[in-house]
Amino acid sequence: MTDPDERRLLTPEEYLAAQNSPEFVDLKKRFRAFAFPMTFAFFAWYLLYVLLSTYAPDFMATEVFGNVNLGILLGLAQFVTTFAITHLYVNHANKRTDPIADEMRERLEQHDFRAGTGTTGTDTQGATRV
Amino acid sequence: MSELLAVDSGTIGEPAVNISIFGAFVLVTLFITFRASRNNKSAADYYAAGRNISGTQNGLAIAGDYLSAASFLGIAGAIAVYGYDGFLYSIGFLVAWLVALLLVAELMRNTARFTMADVLAFRMRQRPVRMAAAISTLTVSLFYLLAQMAGAGGLVTLLLGVSGEAAQAVVVTIVGALMIFYVLVGGMRGTTYVQIIKASLLIIGAFVMTVWVLGEYGFNLSSLLGGAAENAAGAATPRDVLAPGAQYGATGTSKLDFVSLGLALVLGTAGLPHVLMRFYTVPTAKDARRSVVWAIWLIGIFYLFSLVIGYGAGALVGADRILAAPGAVNAAAPLLAFELGGTVLLGIIAGVAFATILAVVAGLTITASASFAHDVYASVLKKGQVTGNGEVRVARITAIVIGAISIGLGILALQAGLNIAFLVALAFAVAASANLPTILYTLFWRNFTTQGALWSIYGGLIACVTLIVFSPVVSGAPVVEATGKSPSLFQDVDFSWFPLNNPGLVSIPLSFFLGWLGSKLSKERPDELKSAELEVRAFTGIGAEKAVQH
Repeated sequence: MTDPDERRLLTPEEYLAAQNSPEFVDLKKRFRAFAFPMTFAFFAWYLLYVLLSTYAPDFMATEVFGNVNLGILLGLAQFVTTFAITHLYVNHANKRTDPIADEMRERLEQHDFRAGTGTTGTDTQGATRV
Repeated sequence: MSELLAVDSGTIGEPAVNISIFGAFVLVTLFITFRASRNNKSAADYYAAGRNISGTQNGLAIAGDYLSAASFLGIAGAIAVYGYDGFLYSIGFLVAWLVALLLVAELMRNTARFTMADVLAFRMRQRPVRMAAAISTLTVSLFYLLAQMAGAGGLVTLLLGVSGEAAQAVVVTIVGALMIFYVLVGGMRGTTYVQIIKASLLIIGAFVMTVWVLGEYGFNLSSLLGGAAENAAGAATPRDVLAPGAQYGATGTSKLDFVSLGLALVLGTAGLPHVLMRFYTVPTAKDARRSVVWAIWLIGIFYLFSLVIGYGAGALVGADRILAAPGAVNAAAPLLAFELGGTVLLGIIAGVAFATILAVVAGLTITASASFAHDVYASVLKKGQVTGNGEVRVARITAIVIGAISIGLGILALQAGLNIAFLVALAFAVAASANLPTILYTLFWRNFTTQGALWSIYGGLIACVTLIVFSPVVSGAPVVEATGKSPSLFQDVDFSWFPLNNPGLVSIPLSFFLGWLGSKLSKERPDELKSAELEVRAFTGIGAEKAVQH
């Protein structure tokens, strides 16, 4: 098991300073800018699909080609969007949030956020800005 | 072939082949579990496999944990009989993983040690929140365990050629004993390997059947659908299996019921404690992300296979023969395997189905025992004054107790004829109502308080269970003409007043509301320092539990 001393690596003040640092605010903003709208989007799209299947079965039974109807195509589209969102999220995390998180973690390990220091230290220009 | 099918009381194939393939799986996994047990020393080893599982391995293990008998046999069967409405299930089960990927997996990995309660109690008053989280973890695990155990007993009549209550009870006991053994000896590492092997077998088996079915129809999806539709239109109860509504379209209530189920499925996954626990077995948050990505691809592809297998069973076996077989809807995939590849393919699929149940129950047992030992025993009862080894000893004892309880209740559930899909849906509804709102508030809302957490967890849990008790699932569903019985748990009584089978539509929003209201009305301020620590740790990974070096 991990040594309890190691877990108490940082003081509460350091965490507070880190939380209020501009790079952390930026990190959170970048995370939320992707995760929240995307969650809303896939949830709305899923609900729309469930509601259409439940309350508009005739519309969903419209044949598109051969025996394949709109409902089956939209259902397969749910698979496609799920795979696509997964891919987009991984890209977003690799490019937009991981670099800041990795850099902050290294600085936190070196106690770079002790009161009075830190926030203006290393900048995060190294992170890819898109 | 159909003559062969009718030889005896409904068993198909050669029980000896089925048993020997299942036996081979058990032997291989036991061997691996023994090898894995050599590194099982600390609590991190026992609960979290030393956090040494790679992202890819964990992705396979998650798929192994998630593709339970209900989703393997249940979804293929539902598609075979009801067509489109069965397909809807699989979409909810898959899309749900985006909640885990985008909002939960990485942040939980960074902040938790062994259980969901580690995160939920982090910035709250420890003991009440841990207790609440443990109670909801145990409730969800128990419902899920019951479903799997009852499923094992039901399968056995079909696949191993034994019938009768005593024989089924023996099988449930054997499954339970094996599960306890895996968990005791192998811990989380052994359980993980069992899940990886099972997921690989399941996906390969489904792939073979999919290609085979498509081959019969010249690799043309449209003609496969045509075959299924034609067969279903001529069945004893004609159904339109290509359009929505065959299962849920009957009345306004049944439609609302389906929306409720859909909500529970999509929001339940990220609150399932045995799924959350899998995130703690990898070394970093990045590996947690990688494992969810693998899981999404594997689960998604598997459900696409299920679509073909389901319609294939509808077209090649037919709804009438499926519903007449022991196990009814659950028999679709095994019957199709027999139709395509005879005894050998059936034996493989049957072996995989048992492996499925074994792997899932092992995962559930370790989660439930970790929650009891880590949250209830070590934190609440002993107030943290307990060594890691003492805690693991309690976890092992708890695993035996939980195993024994689930064997007993599983036999009872089987004899009461409790519907398996309902038990799983109930587990999802409880997870979505009691767990997910608190997880999201804890991670993303600074002003969330202890009172909010308790109101949300207990409120969601109590609302969920109460609504179920007073729903048609327990009493008062109208008698079905074909069987002369009511699908309710209790016959001949009616104390139901809640019209829906699934409570999610009411209990999930209620739990979110209670979490908000409880926080707003609470007198204590949120702990700002703890809150800062949780947030910084969640997003940067500082102070996250490291992998154990061996």
